[in-house]
Amino acid sequence: MITINPCSAELPGALGETMPFLCDGTVITLQSAIGGSVIAIAIALPVGLMATSRHRRARAVARVYMEFFRGTSVLVQLFWLFYAMPLLTGFQLDKIFAGVLALGLNLGAYGSEVVRGAVRAVPRGQREAAVALNFSPFQRMRYVVLPQAFVEMVPPMNNLLIELLKATSLLSAITVADLAYEGRLLVNSGSDQLIVFALLLVIYFLLSYLITLLMRFVERRAARVVGRERPRRRAARTVEAAR
Amino acid sequence: MIWDWDWTMEILPDLLTQGLLVTLQATLGGAVLAFVLGLFVALLRRSRRSYISRPVGAISEFIRSTPLLVQLFVLYYVMPDFGVRMTALTTGIIGLGVHYASYTSEVYRAGIDGVPKGQWEAAIALNLPRHWTWISVILPQAVRRSLPALGNYLVAIFKESPQLSIITVVDVIGLARELGSERFRYLEPMTIAGLFFLLIAIPASILIRRMERRFDT
Repeated sequence: MITINPCSAELPGALGETMPFLCDGTVITLQSAIGGSVIAIAIALPVGLMATSRHRRARAVARVYMEFFRGTSVLVQLFWLFYAMPLLTGFQLDKIFAGVLALGLNLGAYGSEVVRGAVRAVPRGQREAAVALNFSPFQRMRYVVLPQAFVEMVPPMNNLLIELLKATSLLSAITVADLAYEGRLLVNSGSDQLIVFALLLVIYFLLSYLITLLMRFVERRAARVVGRERPRRRAARTVEAAR
Repeated sequence: MIWDWDWTMEILPDLLTQGLLVTLQATLGGAVLAFVLGLFVALLRRSRRSYISRPVGAISEFIRSTPLLVQLFVLYYVMPDFGVRMTALTTGIIGLGVHYASYTSEVYRAGIDGVPKGQWEAAIALNLPRHWTWISVILPQAVRRSLPALGNYLVAIFKESPQLSIITVVDVIGLARELGSERFRYLEPMTIAGLFFLLIAIPASILIRRMERRFDT
């Protein structure tokens, strides 16, 4: 059996010229996407829960965070973190770290909204039943509310992760050597533009597809955990853009 | 305090007029294109001829799954090879419009699906021709339902428009970068530019949320 390494320099013609570089870029893109989603999820869960809290102050803090980071785009936040903040605070973030942080903070704000919506969508009776069974507030959240909310979260999270993947391309603007940056570099050094950009688009598309496959698997698992055999028909893939 | 107020006052007018004007042009141009194109995409995807609906669906899925930035590169660097010359701003408007058309088409689709079945049946009972059913019965209701979501995308396009600065459009962010690079000092211009976005986007999204509530009832 012949296996073809898509990253090898021995591929014919323009492919051999460009693919090794694009593969390096893909690794950086994946790293920043994973880093960004880890930060985003780590923020989205607590902030989303805070937004459903009974305490007014907790809700206010969550709201301010969400409105602030959804009010400007990733690129503006990225530039601010990378160019403006060092002057204000006196320390310069590493460019990849600044990028991943901006992605995480921004998508975390959208994720909080998803978490909030999913937690609120859990029927009231479920909570009341947990109270009746003498569950502590923590147990109520951990064993009753969150597992059900999680199933609702997965499809919109899928969209957000794809948005995050797409947003990683912006890191190229602060010279992180991701896929978009490598592509531009190749074009500047004389590779065929059409081929390079077509490859870029195809690689990004495949990565998004990979995310969708992964999230479908997660969704099926989560649905089985709470005893729903088949997940409900997934909604059309529209991202909550600007609420 | 390291904030330089004199310089702030010096660059504020430029950012406010020149920069914001370009940003607004890009936003409005991109939004109009996205709203019109999106409607056509939504209609084509509903076509009964699968050789039309399938490819249109696939292309719009592809556009939605790939970054706007790379699409802008394609328009900006590759199109001139085919003899299409445009200014950076026009390129950016087309990029924004095409990218967001793939999102707005989903909005219209949901709007069209939301029109009650009885409306179709009534149109058939009245013997309205099919195209007339669309124009005078279905679309007016579908578009009305879609308005709040389209408003969200208007704000989204506004917020994503800074990406055009990467293909050399001098919008608020592009100008802020230029001003910053003159002095190697980005704190003031970037902060002002960021505040502009907050000051416009937050009230706009609050307004849209209110509109949403009104259209719900």
